[in-house]
Amino acid sequence: MQLSYVAKRIGMFFLVIWLAATINFFLPRLGGQDPIRQQMIAQAALGGSVQTGLEEMIDIYNTKFGLDQPLWKQYLNYLGDMSRLDFNYSISSYPQKVIDIIVRALPWTLILLTTTTLISWVLGTLLGAFMGWPRAPRWLSVLVPPLLSLNAIPFFLLGLILIYLFSFRFKFFPLFGGYTAGTFPSASWTFFKDALWHSVLPAFSIILVSLGGWALGMRAMMVTTRGEDYVTYADAKGLKGRTIFADYAIRNALLPQATALALVLGQLVAGAVLVEVVFSYPGIGNVLFQGIQSGDFFLVQGIIFILILSIGLATLILDLIYPLLDPRITYKRG
Amino acid sequence: MNSAAQMATTMDLASARESRLEGIRSFGRYTRRNPALGVGIFLLLALLLFVIIGHLTVDTSQYRPLSVRPLQPPSWELPFGSDKQGRNLYAVMVLGTPLTLRIGLLAGVIGLAIGTILAFISGYYGGIPDAIIRLVVDVGLTIPGLLVLIIIAMRVRGGLTVDQMALVVGLLAWLYPTRTIRSQVLTMKQRGYVQIARLSGMSNPEVIVKELLPNLLPYLGASLVGSVSAAILASIGLEVLGLGPFESPTLGMTIYWVNYNAAIINGWYWWWVPPILVIAILFIGLFTIAVGMDEVANPRVRDKV
Repeated sequence: MQLSYVAKRIGMFFLVIWLAATINFFLPRLGGQDPIRQQMIAQAALGGSVQTGLEEMIDIYNTKFGLDQPLWKQYLNYLGDMSRLDFNYSISSYPQKVIDIIVRALPWTLILLTTTTLISWVLGTLLGAFMGWPRAPRWLSVLVPPLLSLNAIPFFLLGLILIYLFSFRFKFFPLFGGYTAGTFPSASWTFFKDALWHSVLPAFSIILVSLGGWALGMRAMMVTTRGEDYVTYADAKGLKGRTIFADYAIRNALLPQATALALVLGQLVAGAVLVEVVFSYPGIGNVLFQGIQSGDFFLVQGIIFILILSIGLATLILDLIYPLLDPRITYKRG
Repeated sequence: MNSAAQMATTMDLASARESRLEGIRSFGRYTRRNPALGVGIFLLLALLLFVIIGHLTVDTSQYRPLSVRPLQPPSWELPFGSDKQGRNLYAVMVLGTPLTLRIGLLAGVIGLAIGTILAFISGYYGGIPDAIIRLVVDVGLTIPGLLVLIIIAMRVRGGLTVDQMALVVGLLAWLYPTRTIRSQVLTMKQRGYVQIARLSGMSNPEVIVKELLPNLLPYLGASLVGSVSAAILASIGLEVLGLGPFESPTLGMTIYWVNYNAAIINGWYWWWVPPILVIAILFIGLFTIAVGMDEVANPRVRDKV
C-alpha cells in the first residue's frame, strides 16, 4: 500500500514535467511555423544588441535542433535537452545561457516564496484556530471581513498599495529592487540586511493576502471539529479547555490545512511572479517579465519549465510528507 | 420569459409592481440571512451603476491616447485626470470595467461549459474516460494556467484582442470546474430519485438533463462565479505582464501602463487609484457572491460558518 502510494506520486511528478516540456514544445509550433528562425528574424528586425550573434545562433540552432529532421525526432531531442535543463541561449542577452540567468534569479524567488508561505500558513492557521473556538476573545470576529476582503484581491494589487503607502508616502521602505542599486550581491552581513529590508514589502503583500485564506479555512475546520464526538467526550471527561483546544481540536483540524498547501502552490507561484514584477524584485518573475518585454522566447520557455518543475517537486515533497502526518491518506483510493 | 410577458399583459400594472416589490422585499429578507450574497450583489451593482452613469457623462472615445492633455490631475472636466499618453482616465475606467468583466464572463462560461460536460462524462459514466479525465485534471491543476497562457500569448503576432484573450483563458479554465462538479455528480448519482429514474427506464442522457442538471443548477451557478473570478485574475495577470490587448483600455492594461510609467512613485495617484479600487471591488464582490451562493447550493455550510 505504502509503496504504491509513493510510486503513484512519483509517476504524477514525471507526468507533470513531461506535460510541461510538451506544452513548451508543441504550443509554439501550433501556428505551423518554425519558431526559432522566425523569432530570430523578428529579433533581428528589432535591431540593436542581437545583430552580432544572430548568424552564429541560427547555425547553432540548426545543428542543435536538427531542423531538417522529422518532428518526432525534434521532439525527442527537445525532451533530452529539457531533462538536462539545457534551455539554449538567451536571445536578449546572448551569449548567456538561459539556465545561468535562471540560476541567478531563482534563490530570490525561492527564499521569498518559502518564507512568506510558511509565515502566512502558520500565522493564518493559528489565527483561524482561535477564531473557530467559542472561548476565544470576541474582537477576533471583527477581523473576518477585512481578512475576507484582502484574501479576494491579487497579491500584486496589495503590493501596489503598499508601495504607495510605505515607500512613496512615508518612505519607510525602498521603492523597488531586491538590494540597493549600485551594490552587488555578496555573502556579507550588510548585503543580507539590505536585501531583507528590500524584501519586507513584497513579503507583506503575499503574507497579508494569503493569511486570510488560511485563517478562514482553519476556522471552518475548527467549527467542524468542535462538533465531533471525541471533543464532546474529552469535554465530558473533564479535560482542561486548553488541552481539548490544542491536542484534540487543532491537531485534527490541521490535516486539511496541510493538504490545502499543495493545492494552492501553483496559484502562489503565479501570484508571486506578479509581485516581483511590480516591485522589480530580482527574482524569476521579474526575469520572466523582462523576457516577455524583449521577446526572448527561450528565456520565457526556460523559466516556465523551471517554475513548473519547482511546483511539481514541491508538490511531490508535500505528498510524501502527508502520510507521516496522517497515515490514512495512503489507504484512500484516488 | 414568455409566461412572464403574458403575466405582465394580463395583470394590471399596479399589481405587477406590487409583486415585483414583493420579490425585492423577499430577496431583501433573504440577504439578511445571507449577508455575503447581499454585499456581493451590492458591490457589483455599484460597479454597473458607475459604468452606466459613465457612459452618459463622458465621451468614451477619449479612452484613446492623445485625446486630452496628458498627466492632468482630477479636475471638473477630467474627474479622473489623464495619463501620460493623454487618455481621459474616466473614459478608460468606464470602458475598461465592462471589458474586463466581459473577458471574465466569456472565459468563465467557456470553462464551466467544458468542465460540466467533462464532469458528467467522467462522473456519470465512469470507466476509462473517467480515469483519463481525472489524470489530466490532476496533472493539469499542478501547472498554473498563467504560465501556459504566457506561452500562447507570446506566440500571437501583434498581441491578443479582448475576445481572443477570453477564448484562450477559457480554454484553460475547465480543469477546476471539472474536478468539483464531477464529485457533485458522483454523490448525486447515488441519490434515490436518480436510481428510480434509471430503473423506470430513462435513458442516460435523459437522466442527466432531466434529473441531474436541474438539481445541480445552484451549484453550477456558484461554480460560474468562481470561474469568472479566476478568469479575470488570469487575464489581469497576462495584461500586467504585457501580454494583453494593447489597444483596449481594460483594467489590467491600465495597471500595466501604471507600472510601465512608474505612476505610483511619480505621485500620479489619480492614475492608479481608480483601477485598483475597481479591481478590488470586482474581486471582493465576486468572492462574497461565491460565498453566498455556496450557502444556497450547499445549505449544510450554514451551520458551519
